[in-house]
Amino acid sequence: MFYREAGQFKLSYNADAAIFPIRQDRIAIAAIALIAFVAIPLLATPYAFTGILIPFLILSLAAIGLNILTGYAGQLSLGSAAFMAVGAFASYNFMLRIPGMPILLAFIGGGVMAALVGILFGLPSLRIRGFYLAVATLAAQFFILWFLTKVGWITNYSASGVITAQPIVILGYEFNTPSAKYLLVLSIVTLMALAAKNMARGNVGRSWMAVRDMDVAAEVIGIRLMRAKLLAFAVSSFYCGVAGALFAYAYLGTVEPEAYNLDLSFRILFMVIIGGVGTVLGSFLGSAFITALPVLLSVTVRFLDSSIGLHIPESAISNLELMVFGGLIIFFLIVEPHGLARLWQIGKEKLRLWPFPH
Amino acid sequence: MSFFFEVLIGGLLSGVMYSLVALGFVLIYKASGVFNFAQGAMVFFAALTYVGLLEHGLSPWLAAPATLAIMVVLGLAIERVVLRPLVNQPQITLFMATIGLTFFLEGLAQIVWGANVRGLDLGLQDEPMQWLADSTGINVSKFDLVAAGVAAFMVTLLALFFNRTRIGRALRAVADDHQAALAVGIPLQQIWGIVWGVAGFVALVAGLLWGARNGVQYALTFVALKALPVLILGGFESIPGAIVGGLIIGASEKLAEVYLGPFVGGGIEGWFPYVLALLFLLVRPEGLFGEKIIRRI
Amino acid sequence: MTAMSGGRSIGGAILALDNITLSFGGVKALTGISFDVREHEIRAIIGPNGAGKSSLLNVINGVYHPQQGTITFRGEARHGMNAHDVAAHGIARTFQNIALFKGMSVLDNIMTGRNLKMHASVIEQAIYLGRARREEMENRAMVEAVIDFLEIQHIRKTPVGRLPYGLQKRVELARALAAEPSLLLLDEPMAGMNVEEKQDMCRFVLDVNEQYGTTIVLIEHDMGVVMDISDRVVVLDYGKKIGDGTPDEIRGNQAVIDAYLGVAH
Repeated sequence: MFYREAGQFKLSYNADAAIFPIRQDRIAIAAIALIAFVAIPLLATPYAFTGILIPFLILSLAAIGLNILTGYAGQLSLGSAAFMAVGAFASYNFMLRIPGMPILLAFIGGGVMAALVGILFGLPSLRIRGFYLAVATLAAQFFILWFLTKVGWITNYSASGVITAQPIVILGYEFNTPSAKYLLVLSIVTLMALAAKNMARGNVGRSWMAVRDMDVAAEVIGIRLMRAKLLAFAVSSFYCGVAGALFAYAYLGTVEPEAYNLDLSFRILFMVIIGGVGTVLGSFLGSAFITALPVLLSVTVRFLDSSIGLHIPESAISNLELMVFGGLIIFFLIVEPHGLARLWQIGKEKLRLWPFPH
Repeated sequence: MSFFFEVLIGGLLSGVMYSLVALGFVLIYKASGVFNFAQGAMVFFAALTYVGLLEHGLSPWLAAPATLAIMVVLGLAIERVVLRPLVNQPQITLFMATIGLTFFLEGLAQIVWGANVRGLDLGLQDEPMQWLADSTGINVSKFDLVAAGVAAFMVTLLALFFNRTRIGRALRAVADDHQAALAVGIPLQQIWGIVWGVAGFVALVAGLLWGARNGVQYALTFVALKALPVLILGGFESIPGAIVGGLIIGASEKLAEVYLGPFVGGGIEGWFPYVLALLFLLVRPEGLFGEKIIRRI
Repeated sequence: MTAMSGGRSIGGAILALDNITLSFGGVKALTGISFDVREHEIRAIIGPNGAGKSSLLNVINGVYHPQQGTITFRGEARHGMNAHDVAAHGIARTFQNIALFKGMSVLDNIMTGRNLKMHASVIEQAIYLGRARREEMENRAMVEAVIDFLEIQHIRKTPVGRLPYGLQKRVELARALAAEPSLLLLDEPMAGMNVEEKQDMCRFVLDVNEQYGTTIVLIEHDMGVVMDISDRVVVLDYGKKIGDGTPDEIRGNQAVIDAYLGVAH
């Protein structure tokens, strides 16, 4: 009843191709934007920012990156965290060694470095596919982390290997409060998500999906496989690189290799699978899910403890987390392989018909 | 020179251990076309269950068969709950399901048996064979040698099983084409149950050996990740390939660490097998023993 | 696209194959194939199953590289040109087992056919204002013209995986047409269709040839269709050419009749 498209005619191809063609969607997005940019900074607690919102946004960005590579271009990657690490360390070095470097430019620089490394490790994809490629990305994950730890110049010869990130100062204003960092991250992530959506619906997105679905046919209609695949690696790694830089500067406050381990790569992969492979919305949904899950779990455990006296030891909680993650992956793959994004879509379609059943 | 041989043999023997884990992969892939990322978690689960049972007072002679039974049941459960619903999905979906399974099993194992590191004593000492050391100056661990023997035995057993028995043939048929296998009356579900059961058994053996060597801890699951380069070298479908691949990876890893490591600050073992596999893939995407992939247009 | 005014005039040879030999390991798929295709004509390739017809198209297309022989397109001989460059030179094709991109909608599939005409860089596309958007809209308009031509407006947003077989074939044709090819290779475009669908497809093929002047090479098993719409026919059997001429000439060719009736040779 409320979600009808009746009366909304598109008078140009441009209108038809818009990201939010339905007016109700546009209103919803405007409302979300209002909440995100205005209401939350005013109402949320510092813990909400630092513990939930900022990591959610940053990991969404990394998930978008992985989605571009695995979801749109069909190249499985288990090394996203390593590219995040490249972005973080590159940004750090830009800030350290170039006096007066604007930090946003350093983030972009970090992304570009990550993109270059991504292209390098993406070269095997021209010959290798499927699981084999996944193993190649594992090589990237292990090698890059080893490299960043061993090469002293990168860490400025720090003895502990853990470096403090420089403060974020843009045009003289220092972003040191949780809400300020939140707004900065939100702006960057929103812009990059928009760019990703534009790419996805444009020629490059279609080329990627063509390569994913049937690369021989793609070649026959004129798509250069090498260019498409390497571009996917480059763009994906750029997104992961920027996310990695934000991870260090706006979340952890430190730049350390251990934060970008295999575990994080798997987490991001899970976000993509659960959220919905090949969608930008799915990246956000997946990230929200995975970020919120540990919090939900500990809340549930505490609730069970206080209400029915069921005491679960702390050590068991992290293992429970593993089981729930694993179980949910399997559950989603069986029930809805296209993830939360598809469930959302189905929900919207039901909403279009509401209150009628069909 | 004897030092070189020592490192080489040590590497070969540890490579045999990798092969054991890789064997489990190959079994399942050969029979069901599923790339079971959770093999490492199964190894971990088996090892942990064994020591857990020991801690609860069972004698090793009871604990081992009990663990085997549990692993077989686990294998059957996995086939039923995870794989059967996903039977027609693309390979990549199944692969990701096994990644989820990995995490699930790791969490489960640690919740049930606790997460502290334990030792596993199989009655074998990790000390050099005296007579060999005395005569040639090469130190070869007794433990490693026995482990290699066990692995060789298992490989022979499995190779015979696949190639000489009726069930083995049925397994290969199923791996090739599920529909066709059904059409000739091969009981698919039973076959898969058998496969996962056998894989569980292999995981148990690998778990006992690796656990005795490195202690039973969470890091055991990373051993399984090392099996991936083994599979790449040896091909996903070849039992002898798993052995040869394991030997190459084990040897090259150790040699690289000892001879190249000092130049770059050490720690090469962590990534060397992967990079080696990667370079190998560029030259021969289907592995040493794998079948050439032909695509019809 | 420039429309031809009234009737077509068949020009000189646009494609010439000379002594093409193709083998896979020990199997010879094609032996000493030579024939030409004249501009604006409809050339059919027929022959029993396994004669090497699809392999022949793959050779023309650049997917397979013949061990021997030359291919001359528009007067230029080419050696080992890959599929991508062949597409850039103006040859498009459809496949026997539909090669559509199952994860995309009909509209997106056809838009991929325009990819060689779109030049905006990735960054321009990411920003989407300016050249990228203009290009997208221009090509969209052109694709809509193809959609109108093939009468598939009602399914333009449907994911292709959900379409019935006959419509999928039509979408594949649309994708090939969207590239504005000078030579169109059709691999059994009417396979698996009922009589009505075949009539529709025939009409479309003829319309493409008449309206846009596209030269068409098609593999087809339905003799009725072949005799009706093609200008000249090549007959293959066991990788060799056993007939080349107008439909009437082929109809009377004893070797061709033997091949189809399975006379031992």
